[in-house]
Amino acid sequence: MATAASKNIIEIRNLHKYFGDVQALRGVNLNVERGKVVVIVGPSGSGKSTLLRCINHLEVETEGEVWVDGKRLSEKNKDINSIRAEIGMVFQLFNLFPHLSVLDNIVLAQRVVRGRKKDEAVQIAHEQLKRVGISEKADNFPGQLSGGQQQRVAIARALAMNPKIMLFDEPTSALDPEMIKEVLDVMLALAKDGMTMVCVTHEMGFARAAADEVIFMDHGLIVEKGSPDAVFNHPQEERTKLFLSQILSH
Amino acid sequence: MTHSTGIDPNLPQVQASAKPRPKTLQERIDEFPWWVGGIFVIAIGAFYLVTTQTSFGEALNFIRIGIGITITTTLYAYSIALVIGLVAGLGRISRNVVVRNLSTLYVELVRGIPILVLIFYIALVAVPDSLGVFKTLGAWLTSNGLGFIGQPLAAINNDSISLNVRAIIALSVTYGAFLAEIFRAGIQSIGKGQMEAARSLGMSYGQAMRYVILPQAIRNVLPALGNDFVAMVKDSSLVSVLAVRDITQVARLYAGRTFRFREAYTILAILYLGMTLILSLVVRVLERRLHGNSRK
Ligand SMILES: Nc1ncnc2c1ncn2[C@@H]1O[C@H](COP(=O)(O)OP(=O)(O)OP(=O)(O)O)[C@@H](O)[C@H]1O
Ligand SMILES: [Mg+2]
Repeated sequence: MATAASKNIIEIRNLHKYFGDVQALRGVNLNVERGKVVVIVGPSGSGKSTLLRCINHLEVETEGEVWVDGKRLSEKNKDINSIRAEIGMVFQLFNLFPHLSVLDNIVLAQRVVRGRKKDEAVQIAHEQLKRVGISEKADNFPGQLSGGQQQRVAIARALAMNPKIMLFDEPTSALDPEMIKEVLDVMLALAKDGMTMVCVTHEMGFARAAADEVIFMDHGLIVEKGSPDAVFNHPQEERTKLFLSQILSH
Repeated sequence: MTHSTGIDPNLPQVQASAKPRPKTLQERIDEFPWWVGGIFVIAIGAFYLVTTQTSFGEALNFIRIGIGITITTTLYAYSIALVIGLVAGLGRISRNVVVRNLSTLYVELVRGIPILVLIFYIALVAVPDSLGVFKTLGAWLTSNGLGFIGQPLAAINNDSISLNVRAIIALSVTYGAFLAEIFRAGIQSIGKGQMEAARSLGMSYGQAMRYVILPQAIRNVLPALGNDFVAMVKDSSLVSVLAVRDITQVARLYAGRTFRFREAYTILAILYLGMTLILSLVVRVLERRLHGNSRK
């Protein structure tokens, strides 16, 4: 079974997830190696978000196993908070804390979860804001920022925890077209820095440039996976071809 | 890179609205807060009565002795009710079945019983009964060699808890249930994305509540909390049935002794009106300040 020394930082075995009668995942197997970028595509309702959310236990699996960095996630695992601290997550709707300034958004978890001193946390927050290119907004409140800026703050907030893995759930799909690039640029730079990333996104350009592996999901299963070139240009499965023709046609 | 929109996001996002059309006379008449004028007339009338008619002046002088008790009873009871309400409100949404059902039971019990009955019951039945439990516990502890805790416990008797204190307990238990519902609604009004973001950063449920959910929830329910404070000022009059000498009780005593019912109850009503109006005004100003500051 997975160990800390294993090259796979994420190992998912036979993952099933039910919401009542709805079967969102129907036996997913997936390994992600350290430092790799995996892009997940697939039609709406195919279980992409559910899979991602099982990786940091925002959803609890009905059956199967999720291992992260050699630790099995389970309901009984008292360590879940410390495991989550190693996994950054970026949401479609940013989910910044509206009552806190941009700086405090990034400082809060560093202090209460990582136990960092204020000065250290503030310094790290400034470094991360610089990394995502919005140093000048530290004292603003989230409501005063554009969508693209908010999403970059959300990325900085996750990065400040020094996570080993970053999960992205359609980080650009709530953004106006002109703001998508600024977020994708940050994600590309992150990929270049060697961050392990699992991204649900339909941004083909990003997938081609950054992904080591593209996964196509449908009806709660991984239907096809491979390099961006293999999946996008030479899909083997009919469902993949159909899906690609639909998203490329608009 | 940061100026992708061409709009400076620092600018307030107020759309330049068209200049408001001047209002017609009819609209002005319709919108004018005439009721404030009515209050004004009542205030002047009260002032006139008290200064010109000695019987009203005397009544005021006597009844205002109770103001202190009314205010302290309300303040103590409301502070305790805030704590009970927060705990029970969190309990109402707890994932723990026992905690959740106990909290719901408490809220439903209190909401199903008239406040007056609750005050009688808590002050004259529940408090003495729990004292009985303390006594038994104290005696048991003492007989088991733990006299240092047991003896003080056993020494508590009915007289050591005054009716004033019982009134405060009764009011706070009652209002705790009301405030619990306010806190619960406030917490549930915060989108679940906030809890998920906090948890995904590694915060525990408690940390997420404390640092992320509650600050936003409480801000949302401040007006409702203010309204309930005003309501409690009025409901504190019910503790007069326990012979607690608040303004209502003092007014009743005065009326009973002098048979000046008109004076006693006019003054009493005006005192409550004065307190609640001032408090409502404070609540409204607070509310406006919050709205002005709220960062969307
Ligand atoms: N909390 C929930 N309760 C009930 N059903 C859910 C819940 N979350 C997801 N589902 C269902 O599970 C299935 C998979 O949902 P999921 O959100 O994972 O899909 P997705 O691939 O992310 O879709 P999209 O592209 O629309 O985001 C869907 O049928 C959805 O309706
Ligand atoms: Mg989704």
